[in-house]
Amino acid sequence: MLTTLRRQAATGLRVLLLLTLLCGIAYPLLTWAVAHVPWLAGKAEGSIVTAADGTPAGSSLIGVDPVPAAPDADPYFHTRPSASAQGLLGPADTSTSGGSNKAGDSTDLLDTIQRRRALIAEREGVDPALVPPDAVTASASGLDPHISPAYAELQVARVARVTGLPEAQVRSLVVHASSGRMLGFLGDPTVNVTELNLTVAAQAS
Amino acid sequence: MPDTLAGLLQVAALVLLLALVYRPFGDHMARVFSTEKHWRIEKVLYRLARVDPDTGQRWTTYAAGVLGFSVVSVLLLYLLQRVQPLLPLGFGRGVDGDTVPPAMAFNTAVSFVTNTNWQSYVPETVLGHTVQMAGLTVQNVLSAAVGMAVAVALVRGFVRSGTDRLGNVWVDLTRGVVRILLPISLVFALVLVATGVVMSLRSGVEVTGVDGSTTTLPLAPAASQEAIKELGTNGGGVFNANSAHPFENPNALSNLLEVFLLLVVPVCLTRTFGTMVRDTRQGGVLLAVVGALWAGLLAVAWLAETHPTGPATLAAGAAMEGKEVRFGIPGSILFGVSTTGTSAGAVNSLHDSYTGAAGGVTLLNMLLGEVAPGGVGTGLYGLLVLAVIAVFLAGLMVGRTPEYLGKKLGRVQVSAASVSILVMPALVLLGAGLAIALPSTPEALNNDGAHGFSEVLYAYASAANNNGSAFAGITVTSDFFQVTLGVAMLFGRLVPILAVLALAGSLAAQKRVEPGAGTLPTDGPLFGVLVGGTVLLVAALTFLPALALGPLAEALA
Repeated sequence: MLTTLRRQAATGLRVLLLLTLLCGIAYPLLTWAVAHVPWLAGKAEGSIVTAADGTPAGSSLIGVDPVPAAPDADPYFHTRPSASAQGLLGPADTSTSGGSNKAGDSTDLLDTIQRRRALIAEREGVDPALVPPDAVTASASGLDPHISPAYAELQVARVARVTGLPEAQVRSLVVHASSGRMLGFLGDPTVNVTELNLTVAAQAS
Repeated sequence: MPDTLAGLLQVAALVLLLALVYRPFGDHMARVFSTEKHWRIEKVLYRLARVDPDTGQRWTTYAAGVLGFSVVSVLLLYLLQRVQPLLPLGFGRGVDGDTVPPAMAFNTAVSFVTNTNWQSYVPETVLGHTVQMAGLTVQNVLSAAVGMAVAVALVRGFVRSGTDRLGNVWVDLTRGVVRILLPISLVFALVLVATGVVMSLRSGVEVTGVDGSTTTLPLAPAASQEAIKELGTNGGGVFNANSAHPFENPNALSNLLEVFLLLVVPVCLTRTFGTMVRDTRQGGVLLAVVGALWAGLLAVAWLAETHPTGPATLAAGAAMEGKEVRFGIPGSILFGVSTTGTSAGAVNSLHDSYTGAAGGVTLLNMLLGEVAPGGVGTGLYGLLVLAVIAVFLAGLMVGRTPEYLGKKLGRVQVSAASVSILVMPALVLLGAGLAIALPSTPEALNNDGAHGFSEVLYAYASAANNNGSAFAGITVTSDFFQVTLGVAMLFGRLVPILAVLALAGSLAAQKRVEPGAGTLPTDGPLFGVLVGGTVLLVAALTFLPALALGPLAEALA
């Protein structure tokens, strides 16, 4: 029995090394090479979007909350909260990813949600009851690039006021950054904050 | 479109995709494991590895092959992590400026070799691209191929008559890789790139946001691993947030494709089974059991998430904590129920933050032994073992010698089946009990009360079932958790495999008997109910007290 095991393990090692070459080197490198044909390369390298001057300004797939220069000069749309942020709201730590893992019966989470609701309502100058669920809950990745159309609408008035753009124009930028359900039925309607803020920045300057 | 209708259409689209490939793909897999012809690349591999592909093996040799292969795989993967600083594309990653520490490297090596993909490390900061590709991606493919090989060996036990040969483990392994897993992974890896999944060899990219702040976004060779991570029901993310990370799962379409990949092999293997035993209705019965369990659990989880109870969730207005907007609740639940019903354990939303009942569903789904539809290969042999138990129980009721697919189920067969199904509960209950008794455990938990207990129970359920998902608030980096969870993964994988191969050997040795008047028909709805009942009965008898302390208490609070 032990001899069989030793002999089979030796064969196993040879098979393992050969299949490592096939599955661990050839397969990923071939995938990498094909993924770098012109119309895929941008996606393979992180769907990077650029600012008006051509510098990389973020990924259209990653949401990082913009930090205002001053509390009363807050010209951009905010992302959802991130569990890796320093405070209740604010930018994620992009070196990692993840959520709060807090349960629905957690008193910690209850407190966090109530305080976020108050902060956001004050920031936007609205009734706390109007703040939608995605605005007060941390996403699973901590990097969610999307907000619900309701949370985008809630922020339109402030963004228009601070940037000096007409509300109607800001609202049309929101529409431009919005997507319905994919194929009409997949997922939820979304507004891409990263793309939206780039157009806001371009229009406001 | 109303949310519920859109969600139902999403489920329908998934079921339709699976239905379309069920016969052709299931039959393809049956041919792969039945034909005597070798491909040229396979012949090259056999020659280099000095394997004689035309020699059949006894079950003991087959088992020694699986065991030996697992041991050398753990050793190589452990070694690769420990020497990471010497490897290219490492970017100085590791723990505390050093390489991967021993306990973590052991846990991770066992985790990926056993198809668990439990992750106690933060991928973005701990592992470089070489370990991801040459270490983890490799085991993503191979651990799935091993599962398939064991399942096929068991099916051969039913098909073959009066022989001590089960086939050749190296041939089954190689064919699973070359003819099934790698080609499909390659195609879907590229499809996933087209949806936005990254495939980069760079460490990251520096960006300057609209507010002028500069951040670095980590990149990785994600697509190649993402495809096999789902297809092989592995579940280990290249990023910490797993399939919730936009670089792994960028939109609702990639989400649907990933759920499809999770389910496609285990679901279609029921067809492979039916085709190989030359009675596709036998496979159809198993598929019906799988489908009913999956749909039932999905319905409960969906209702729970759309009618939340926890005070924090009620304060938020919807169960969006730990979920991504682009998936919404239906897309998250569909993934959650599919990933815990297979052995994948990939997550696109945080199970720890699910409502009490929905979190309980993901836990129960694993505790059922992961048969709805189970992992690649492990699901099929798990189902067949439960079918053996069901036939035996029915035989006891009417006082006849039970037989299944023309093979008598005597002491040896029923003992092997029992060992196979009892290992997991023993590991879960002993492990969780031990951990809870430790005074240091409460500090490792992220939630208190019933939910804190659920975090511990979930961890051992996930490890012993080789799932790999987590109520991830729990901190498992202490040596106690690293080692005990590692042991649970190892035993939870290898003991059932040995029992299943022993069962296969004893079945193959028997001569086929023709069905008589007292034979229980195993190709109709009655047998489906019996198997489904056995699944629920075994889990209920074993786990009801533990579930009552955790998710049940939370859901009813």
